[in-house]
Amino acid sequence: MSEIPHLLVHEHADNVGVVVVEGLTAGTDMLCCVTHDNSTFRLTAGADVPIGHKIALKDLNNGDTAIKYGEDIGKIIADIPKGAHVHTHNCKTKRW
Amino acid sequence: MSTKYSNMTVKAYRRENGRVGVRNHVLILPVDDISNAACEAVANNVKGTLAIPHAYGRLQFGEDLELHFRTMIGTGANPNVAAVVVIGIEPGWTKRIADGIRETGKPVAEFSIEQNGDFETIRRASWAAKDFVHKTSEYQREECSISELWVSTKCGESDTTTGLGSCPTVGNMYDKLLPEGITGFFGETSEITGAEHICQKRAINEEVGERWYKMWKAYQDDVIFAHQTDDLSDSQPTKGNIEGGLTTIEEKALGNLEKIGRTSQYIDILDPAEAPKSGNGLYFMDSSSAAAECVTLMAAGGAVIHTFPTGQGNVVGNPIVPVIKITANPRTVRTMSEHVDVDVSGILRREMTIDEAGDALIEMICRTANGRNTAAEALGHREFSMTKLYRSA
Repeated sequence: MSEIPHLLVHEHADNVGVVVVEGLTAGTDMLCCVTHDNSTFRLTAGADVPIGHKIALKDLNNGDTAIKYGEDIGKIIADIPKGAHVHTHNCKTKRW
Repeated sequence: MSTKYSNMTVKAYRRENGRVGVRNHVLILPVDDISNAACEAVANNVKGTLAIPHAYGRLQFGEDLELHFRTMIGTGANPNVAAVVVIGIEPGWTKRIADGIRETGKPVAEFSIEQNGDFETIRRASWAAKDFVHKTSEYQREECSISELWVSTKCGESDTTTGLGSCPTVGNMYDKLLPEGITGFFGETSEITGAEHICQKRAINEEVGERWYKMWKAYQDDVIFAHQTDDLSDSQPTKGNIEGGLTTIEEKALGNLEKIGRTSQYIDILDPAEAPKSGNGLYFMDSSSAAAECVTLMAAGGAVIHTFPTGQGNVVGNPIVPVIKITANPRTVRTMSEHVDVDVSGILRREMTIDEAGDALIEMICRTANGRNTAAEALGHREFSMTKLYRSA
């Protein structure tokens, strides 16, 4: 891959991806890579999101389940538009 | 089947009981907290020795006391330790620990302080320590198969990059070296929460998987739910995890479990600080998810090298076991490079494959076994943190 990806996604079933570059700014046309098979797609960042933090790959609704590694990683607790930052303010554990 | 890993050898120390160590420490081991001062005085008198002060060892009882003895004996018995001077306040528990270490066949001397005082104890123990330094400093490294290494893992200050890069790097190493006959340890009981359905299935058979689940569930019920005051927010995940982008324990657990790779299966479950007894293979140790505690327990179980993936930059080390730090986070590489032994940030840029990263880690394991000091060793990180199960009497 000649261009360095901005966002990595573990599995095709995932609805969130991880920012892997520092200083990502809103409006960036991100190169996104699914690590499972190295397939790529593009997505516009909806916010300034720090390295390591997650971005919604599609519109998510309050009550949805966040999927990463193809697995349940918690519940969505607010409506989140595609491209927006997903973290503790809008996603919560189902465990404790 | 022979692979490119089958013929790998390292230059290491073969101990009296046949185990292979990669360091040659003369340890000054306190039985209890009030013997720390004497141990530190001996280590100051005799260069080339190492005291490991700790906070416990008085009025413990039951399972908690058994864990104390297991941790003390296991630490002294670890093949990275060539000889041990044991010092305790009274002779009973001192002898129990010294005798436990003696089963390995290595030189052990024991001293107790009551009716001698610190001065006389330090004088006698210093002579024993000096003899041990002369003797063990002539021990030679010899060629040993990589399969004889016991390699543990536990990650710390994880973030989303550990699940993408540094944990799969460790997993790839295990997938390659476990079939060659190494012994591996993973654990962190609380941190499997959210991935327990996957972890249970990674047991060698259903019986082991069921025992694993029972152990995990008992921790949830007896510790987490018995003591929690809120939803564990800020503890699991930690503040550092959250800063690094991890949102929930489920997400953290799934990344954590990447450390056992794609094909590796665990063959048995160990109590904290327990040594494996079921032969070569991967073991799950019931253990704390706090870095220093977990590394201390695995070292007491007999691991001689620890592989430590980190995202945000946990700086932990151990007094007797070299801790190899692996990170995929480019910001951590940029801001904390003095702590990084293996930089796998190329995985995030898609410039490095997991297979290449696994090979880079295996190369660093060999170099570390041959004597290369890790970042944690060079920086003097010697965290020795014992796990305590409940209040003393």
